[in-house]
Amino acid sequence: MSARMVTFTLAGHLYGVDVHAVQEVLRGLPRTRIPLAPGGLAGLINLRGQVLSAVDLRAQLDLPSRDADQEPMLVVIRVVGEPVALLVDTIGSVVDVDADQFEPPPDTLSGMSRKVLLGAYKLEHRLLLALDVERAVAA
Amino acid sequence: MDEIDEIVQEFLVESHENLDQLDRDLVALEREPGSRDLLGSIFRTIHTIKGTSGFLAFGNLESVTHVGENLLARLRDGKMSMTPQTTDVLLAMVDTVRELLAAIEAQGTEGSVDVTAVVQRISSILDGTTTPDPEPSAEPEPPAVAAEPGEEIVARRNVADSSIRVDVELLDTLMRLVGELVLTRNQIVRQAGEQEGLELVRSAQRLNLIATELQEGVMRTRMQPIDHLWSKLPRVVRDLGATCGKQVSLAMVGRETELDRSLLESVKDPLTHLVRNAVDHGLESPQDRVAAGKPAEGVLTLRAYHEGGQVVVEVCDDGAGIDPDRIAAKAIDKGLRTAAQLAQLAPTDVLQLIFLPGFSTAAAVTNVSGRGVGMDVVKTNIESIGGTIEVESVIGRGTTCRLRIPLTLAIVPALTVECAGDRYAIPQVSLLELVALDADRAATAVEDVNGASVYRLRGALLPLVRLADVLGVESDRSDGHVLIAVLQAEGKRFGLVIDRVLSTEEIVVKPLGARLKALGTYSGATILGDGRVALILDVQALARRALTAEALERGAASVAAETQRATGEHLRMLVAGIGGGRRVAIPLSSVARLESIAASSIELVGSREVVQYRGAILPLLRLDRHLGATSERDGDDLVVVVYSVGSRSVAIVVDEIIDIVDEEADVHSDVDDHGLLGSALIRDRIVEVLDVRAAILAADPKFYTAPEAEAGLHDQLQEAV
Repeated sequence: MSARMVTFTLAGHLYGVDVHAVQEVLRGLPRTRIPLAPGGLAGLINLRGQVLSAVDLRAQLDLPSRDADQEPMLVVIRVVGEPVALLVDTIGSVVDVDADQFEPPPDTLSGMSRKVLLGAYKLEHRLLLALDVERAVAA
Repeated sequence: MDEIDEIVQEFLVESHENLDQLDRDLVALEREPGSRDLLGSIFRTIHTIKGTSGFLAFGNLESVTHVGENLLARLRDGKMSMTPQTTDVLLAMVDTVRELLAAIEAQGTEGSVDVTAVVQRISSILDGTTTPDPEPSAEPEPPAVAAEPGEEIVARRNVADSSIRVDVELLDTLMRLVGELVLTRNQIVRQAGEQEGLELVRSAQRLNLIATELQEGVMRTRMQPIDHLWSKLPRVVRDLGATCGKQVSLAMVGRETELDRSLLESVKDPLTHLVRNAVDHGLESPQDRVAAGKPAEGVLTLRAYHEGGQVVVEVCDDGAGIDPDRIAAKAIDKGLRTAAQLAQLAPTDVLQLIFLPGFSTAAAVTNVSGRGVGMDVVKTNIESIGGTIEVESVIGRGTTCRLRIPLTLAIVPALTVECAGDRYAIPQVSLLELVALDADRAATAVEDVNGASVYRLRGALLPLVRLADVLGVESDRSDGHVLIAVLQAEGKRFGLVIDRVLSTEEIVVKPLGARLKALGTYSGATILGDGRVALILDVQALARRALTAEALERGAASVAAETQRATGEHLRMLVAGIGGGRRVAIPLSSVARLESIAASSIELVGSREVVQYRGAILPLLRLDRHLGATSERDGDDLVVVVYSVGSRSVAIVVDEIIDIVDEEADVHSDVDDHGLLGSALIRDRIVEVLDVRAAILAADPKFYTAPEAEAGLHDQLQEAV
């Protein structure tokens, strides 16, 4: 399966989601925190009058928290019709990948990452980790 | 115009719309004569008009559309094919229909429009006797109302052209956009304030005004007067009254009260049910009414008004009222509540039991109200739209059901508060009042009941819940000030301690995802003036979370007591007989429970009578002896009034509980007897008002170890004297 992925980085790694799932990409918007909510839910944002949940992918992938002065970018994706904002470090680009570049996650991968990673595309210089959007948001 | 019935109005609007569609379809049909779709559409339109006109007894209209329908049916089924002649005839029919509608609109009747010519033309085509028509064009018969064509046109404009149908979804979209506009306006206004340019500031102000007006306008488009619902009720009441053999006059107050269209729909069924209930169960038969000294004709009053950002709708009857004892008996009978639970409830709370699932008060289920839709369904329906329902009743005088419905679902008035630097919205529906305590007062006024904070609100203890604790955040209020939002949810009252009160505003409610809803803390989110999102607190869920079940019960009791006090000038009195025909009134606010205990359970401690009650020892006071009367009660059980302050209780033995009165009791202090505060005239009888404090002290001298606990009540009683 050849696919087109929107890429972004988290703690130095390159991740990608299918371009069809992506609605838009935004610079950080003010977030309202949600006390009592699970850690991955980083707050609510106002996207042109619509209230969206923001999911911190670093928390979802068990990565260390972002530095306080590092402002996250937002990737708004549609999951089962509902828009959700993903917090990422930086936005990359749109890349075309080929099925023969794909490999499922290594057997040594465990924990959260194993649940939300579909696998890796072997790009020329680095690996592009493909996210299962639905799981990344729900986990 | 005024005398035209509303149904006719609707019929006219609808028909005019349909006729326009018909014209388009007929013209299109000429281009594709065989189109089944078009023929089907035309057929349906004419069929609708025919049906309604028959129903409304417009005979001419019916006969024209009837033959037209026959012709169209044949065309549609392919039994006949379109010819220019049939098109002409059909157009002529449409024109005749138009004329008839115009006449109905102008005069309320079909007037003298002649339809025979058209009917004949259509019939002849149907019969296959295609008599060439002298006027094959679509020229209709000279209209009878043509004498005043100007007026006719104006009249039509009034009904059909002055209103349009708009998809509610479109209105919702507009509403959302307006919300956006308001936010953007706020940003512009703020930025303009920082700039030098006077012109920009002026423009910003204009924008401000226009946006506000636009917002109001768009909101109004969704509002409709409640009369839309009510207009159908006189008929319901009339028919039902006839079926039940009751005479009912229906009064409506506040027909013009407006509420959101979508809500109007949801209120329709519950309201109809309440009205049916009132006629069927509430009002008595004419004979019973006359026997009770009331006019034979019962009065059912519907009342609607706006109050505190809500619409209140009342259904009142002047019937027999609901007897709380019967409700209580029924609740026990059906296993919905235990006797002990009921003993703790105030009579008004007992009445609310009729909303429990599985409760039906009608002794015999009639085919009118007893159709499986109980009051619990009414309550569920009302609550599903964020409303509440309560019932009030005075035996012999009638029953009032009161619905409180939000004006609109999308926009609710709310209080915005701050806690730990975040802002939250609390719907005004649940908010009773705000209490602000400065550091000095807070230090003493916020007390502690074994670790649970309470605040003494006008004498009653209000459990306090710290929002920061509930949310697990760190409050940033360190100056000792305490701000309490007194909230009411599920009949319980509690105080939510917050950091700051910001403002009251109308907020647009945005739904939350299922995951956030599941937290049981937030009911939604909203966007505030500066574009930031704020969470809306779910007060019901907060109450459930923060207050334990027991606290809730206690809360209910204290709320009941508090409401009695809050009602002000008059106290509710429990009237008890103590033998010798003497009646004693005990302020109900001091009564915790009414119980019946076995005489054999009385034990002696020294010279005092005590009784074991709920694991505690209760000193017993025989009121007859205390007041120098002689009990006339025989039997092996005693009626006791349990009076509690804090953890101490005493049991006051009386002969019988006679009544609970809610009337203003004028207490005269002319009686200088031991143990009495005075006498009062209650329901035409002299009743002695008990000096509770003296009575309690007689039973338990150490009862008032915390003297101020009683002071409030005592003062109140003294004031009453």
